[in-house]
Amino acid sequence: MARKISMKDAINEALDQEMTRDPSVIVMGEDIVGGTGSPGEADAWGGVLGVTKGLYAKHGDRLMDTPLSESAYIGAAVGAAACGMRPVAELMFIDFMGVCLDEIFNQAAKFKYMFGGKAQTPVVIRAMVGAGFRAAAQHSQMLTPVFTHIPGLKVVCPSNAYDAKGLLIQSIRDNDPVIFCEHKNLYAHETEVPDEPYAIPFAEANVVREGGDVTIVAYGLMVHRATEAADRLAREGVECEVVDLRTLSPIDMDAVLESVEGTGRLVCVDEASPRCSIAADVSAQVAQHAFKALKGPVQMVTPPHTPVPFSPALEDLYIPSAERVMEAVRATMVA
Amino acid sequence: MSQSSIVAIVMPKWGLSMEEGRVNEWLVEEGARIAVGDALLEVETEKIAGTVEATDAGLLRRRVAEPGEVYPVKALLGVMAEPEVGDAEIDAFVAAQAAALEAAAESEPEPRYHFVEVGGRRLRYADRGEGAPPMVLIHGFGGDLDNWLFNIDALAAGRRVLALDLPGHGQSSKEVGDGSLATLAATVVGFLDALGVERAVLVGHSMGAAVAMQVAADAPERVSGLGLIAAVGLGPEIDAEYIAGFVAAASRRELKPWVERLFADRALVTRQLVEDLLRYKRIDGVAEALGGLSRALIDAGQQRIGLVATARASRVPVVVIWGSADAIIPAAHAHALGDAARVVVIDGAGHMVQMEAASKVNAALLEHLG
Repeated sequence: MARKISMKDAINEALDQEMTRDPSVIVMGEDIVGGTGSPGEADAWGGVLGVTKGLYAKHGDRLMDTPLSESAYIGAAVGAAACGMRPVAELMFIDFMGVCLDEIFNQAAKFKYMFGGKAQTPVVIRAMVGAGFRAAAQHSQMLTPVFTHIPGLKVVCPSNAYDAKGLLIQSIRDNDPVIFCEHKNLYAHETEVPDEPYAIPFAEANVVREGGDVTIVAYGLMVHRATEAADRLAREGVECEVVDLRTLSPIDMDAVLESVEGTGRLVCVDEASPRCSIAADVSAQVAQHAFKALKGPVQMVTPPHTPVPFSPALEDLYIPSAERVMEAVRATMVA
Repeated sequence: MSQSSIVAIVMPKWGLSMEEGRVNEWLVEEGARIAVGDALLEVETEKIAGTVEATDAGLLRRRVAEPGEVYPVKALLGVMAEPEVGDAEIDAFVAAQAAALEAAAESEPEPRYHFVEVGGRRLRYADRGEGAPPMVLIHGFGGDLDNWLFNIDALAAGRRVLALDLPGHGQSSKEVGDGSLATLAATVVGFLDALGVERAVLVGHSMGAAVAMQVAADAPERVSGLGLIAAVGLGPEIDAEYIAGFVAAASRRELKPWVERLFADRALVTRQLVEDLLRYKRIDGVAEALGGLSRALIDAGQQRIGLVATARASRVPVVVIWGSADAIIPAAHAHALGDAARVVVIDGAGHMVQMEAASKVNAALLEHLG
């Protein structure tokens, strides 16, 4: 039996093992070492929540603390990738992406296409996503649909430690820019993780629970809400199949369609804002490609179309709950 | 009446990692007369679905386990007793069993797996039971020691049983050198050395059976018996398509049909079984290891390794066990050794016969090699 470690430790281990395997892998970001000039390695922070703690002691100057200027260091990471390095840049909160968006969606995403396939940009941008951290509207967003929308970017959002390690290793080895979204409320979540390096291919959804009545599609933290709902519904005799997308771009629509063809009912759970979301995209593709399989209306479970509230009471209501997923499942079964 | 006339039916432990099982349904009614080997309940674990078979004969008095509920290993599922045992006595028995289980849960569990360094590689192994000579279980191509999950505890009731992950497999080092049978056999001899085992009964499944025969040829003084289950090396035919498909499959959808070929009863291939195999196949080095091993095993759609003469030359007891519905290596190979081996062909079982017909395989091994 493999040991159980947290998602935070799994990400740290993926970075450590890839830095050990490939000297072109470098890590950069704000405070990822702990502040250049801090008195010692032992007290280095290793990032705002300690994800990169200990890596500086092992890999030294291949980790770089950057100035508080996202456009400067994300630009540097994109340029280094185009020149043959494999940088992993930590953007802290995905909400800060706006400051450096040109480097991501106009530069990194376009190089391969605009230079006739001759340029590769193997950069990974790690960023924390999601609400529930009492961090208010500017540090809590689930901006996965924004990046999924842009051709040339790959978008990953793991739901557990095992997937986080394998998907981050795959992201580093991939030759395209990857936006790697880490849900901050999953950092402490533990699963069994092999100590050896392994890569999980992109566009390979994970069926985390089998069931014949209703398909629930989710990613990130919402996978846990979906499985909780499925466990509770099973006691009422409703068997839900839960599909964890794992990667949003590319997306494994084959797995979703195969499941919906078996169940005839679909609930999409997404922590992103409802308009133009992953849930909306999956719903539309199912309507287009599996309409005849559907026995009832497709349901979407998302937050309301508002910024994330700072009030804890309102924030808890904002995030889709297992109860809301259960209501949506029942709504698909009315018809 | 004393309580010794009350017989407990408990949640079995199918393998080292099993902690609990979900009871799907009862297959017998209260009041039924049970014979040894009768199918009593269907149980599902994270790894596999299976049937709990009666290990004792008797009259089923009480179905304790409720369908749909999850019970820990050794939990009381049912009670058998003769009619003269009163209901009150059975009530007391059920209560005492529950209390004993609770007390046992508080004691320290023994480690499930161990690791040992052999020839520069780290090998994972399981070590159960006591008594010489030990039995060493060697899994097949793409397998691991959990392939013996229905066997290891039953075989270890009266002797020491060791099960290892071969190089390139399970949680052992993934580097397999030249991938040859000689390398794998040398690893098994090194494993015996490292554990201080002088002589052992070697039981191998599929490729592991070929490894066992090679060890018997290379180091005959170390082997006191051979159990060859659905063995590689006893004939030219093999489903080469399966080997290539298993090696190439990178997703659940690609892998599942190949894994189903291993079983006569495809319902045994659970989501978790496929997921565990995928997790193994994703590990760095596994693709290279399986590629190297498959090239050593197969050439132009046929087995490269012929071990009939080797096995016939062995002077130790040999039992060959096969499932009649084996889709990977034909069951006709079971008779390749002629009168040099006892042969047990189990009707209706597939290539993973030690999982599909565990109690019959265990009985055959204990009868001929015990």
